[in-house]
Amino acid sequence: MSGSPTPPPQRVRVMAPPTRRPRRTTVPGEIDAQSAVGEVYMRSLIRSQLRLALGNLAILVVTVGALPLLFVLVPWLRHGRILGVPLAWLLLGVCCYPVIIGLGLRHVRRAERNERAFQDLVGGPQ
Amino acid sequence: MSREAITALAALLVCVLTLAVGSFGLRISRTTSDFYVASRTVGPATNAAAISGEYLSAASFLGVAGLVMARGVDMLWYPVGWTAGYLVLLLFVAAPLRRSRAYTLPDFAEFRLESQPARTLASALGVLIAVLYLIPQFQGAGLTVHTLTGAPSWVGATAVALVVLLGVVAGGMRSITLVQAVQYWLKLAALLTPLAFLLLHHGGGAAGAAARLDATDWVEPMRGPHSLYLTYSLILATFLGTMGLPHVVVRFYTNRDGYAARRTTVAVLGLLSAFYLLPPVYGVLGRRYLSTISAGDPSDTAVLDLPGHVLHGTVADLLTAVLAAGAFAAFLSTSSGLVLSIAGVIGQDVLGRRFSGVAAFRISAAFGALATLALTVLSTGLAVAHSVELAFAVAASTFCPMLLLGIWWPGLTAAGAITGMSVGGTLSTAAVMVALFGHSYGGLGGAVLSQPALLTVPLAFATMVLVSVATTQPAHVARTMVRLHTPEAVAVDRGAFRPRNAD
Repeated sequence: MSGSPTPPPQRVRVMAPPTRRPRRTTVPGEIDAQSAVGEVYMRSLIRSQLRLALGNLAILVVTVGALPLLFVLVPWLRHGRILGVPLAWLLLGVCCYPVIIGLGLRHVRRAERNERAFQDLVGGPQ
Repeated sequence: MSREAITALAALLVCVLTLAVGSFGLRISRTTSDFYVASRTVGPATNAAAISGEYLSAASFLGVAGLVMARGVDMLWYPVGWTAGYLVLLLFVAAPLRRSRAYTLPDFAEFRLESQPARTLASALGVLIAVLYLIPQFQGAGLTVHTLTGAPSWVGATAVALVVLLGVVAGGMRSITLVQAVQYWLKLAALLTPLAFLLLHHGGGAAGAAARLDATDWVEPMRGPHSLYLTYSLILATFLGTMGLPHVVVRFYTNRDGYAARRTTVAVLGLLSAFYLLPPVYGVLGRRYLSTISAGDPSDTAVLDLPGHVLHGTVADLLTAVLAAGAFAAFLSTSSGLVLSIAGVIGQDVLGRRFSGVAAFRISAAFGALATLALTVLSTGLAVAHSVELAFAVAASTFCPMLLLGIWWPGLTAAGAITGMSVGGTLSTAAVMVALFGHSYGGLGGAVLSQPALLTVPLAFATMVLVSVATTQPAHVARTMVRLHTPEAVAVDRGAFRPRNAD
């Protein structure tokens, strides 16, 4: 079988199968498309803010919120006096407020820091 | 001039001032947007003073001092709780609520839950809470006028209702914001000035003052029966109820954005704390100088009675007049906010389709104020601070779980929110009704009925979570979460929801 020489096989260019997914390069684009990546970004933002809020709530609960229990458990707190002023009156009438204001300031600072970090991550306007 | 004349004049002056500042606002509020949200042009400092001015009601100005005078240190939890409520609101709700662009709680329910029935239920609950809160304001006005001039109590209640109506109907949100900012400072000054005179006065106090001030169950905390349950129930109701008060939520829409909402709230914490240092001092002074009180019976007029009992002559008359002016500022500012929020809800949900925006707003304001006035005249007397607390208990058992779960948990469904709010609302309202009709029972059962929050709040939360797990989420909840939590500077798609009538 000498036969005629077969022509050399034609070159075929091999390519990756075409994808339907449009190109999304920005994180806001991923978030808008509700892609898995976008979800991860959103979840990390919400988690960090929720952790912050719960942490500050916990501080409120163990400082201000624990007072009734402490009054019951520690008799000295009930009838102790500082410069003639009953300690319980001082704690409830005055000391609770700086704690509340301080927690508020702390929360605003940290919540805005979380948001700035998120903005840097997704490339918002600088 | 007699004391009656001076105090009547002072109260009248506050009413005129309110209307004057209101009419100044009238000239600059023309569009529907001005009426509902002051077109969102209010700066944080003005807005913080306005929020505080609106929040400090008859219960703060008169009620706390009376309760402290009668029952002692445990009553200090009221002002602490009312302040801490704003902190909890700041931690979980302030920025996301502003970013939701919801104007009222029903708006938020409709937006987050994508459900018309949820909106309707939220509207009904909002009106219920506002009316519960409005009744003690009108009551306080009647009581003040009766104490100071001897006129029947419906006179004071009607006067406040009419002034509020004129202000709200004429100027809407813009003028109210200005009025309330002024009224915060008026209230602070009205408590501070007489206090300076009272503290400088070196008198011996009424007969038996020393014994009354040293009474163990007055000076020491946690002495009463079931005090642990009652205190923690009060803490839960006030810490969690603030975020569910309709007139509080409306205010957040007037902030420019989420950042401004947070900063305004911190300023509010400072302003409230400064104010709440004062009423307990009045309570202690009342204990010392007012011998007529029967133990355990709170007197809402203690603040007003003090100058007349301690000082004499024109000074006493003038200081009483200053206090009366502050009290009227308290009734007017809180009532304005409540009537405004009732008008917002009814105007949007009931009348919005039949009347133009401004007309619907005015008609529903008139309806809300007059209906509550009728209820006030009919209802029995209850200590002002306690009936306000019932409104907090209902708010904490309904709107609080809806807001907290709705903002932070994508799993909350319309069915879950509706059943949870129904369970919490029904149980807490039932307890409230028992209290309003004057029944009181002994034992732990009586304590639960008088302060139901410690049971009803966890029940509402549990119901919402359980039902939500069994039902399907709203279709667009992912987009909703994006809108609630993404800072304004990030350009993302926030969905198409717009509250009715707001823009």
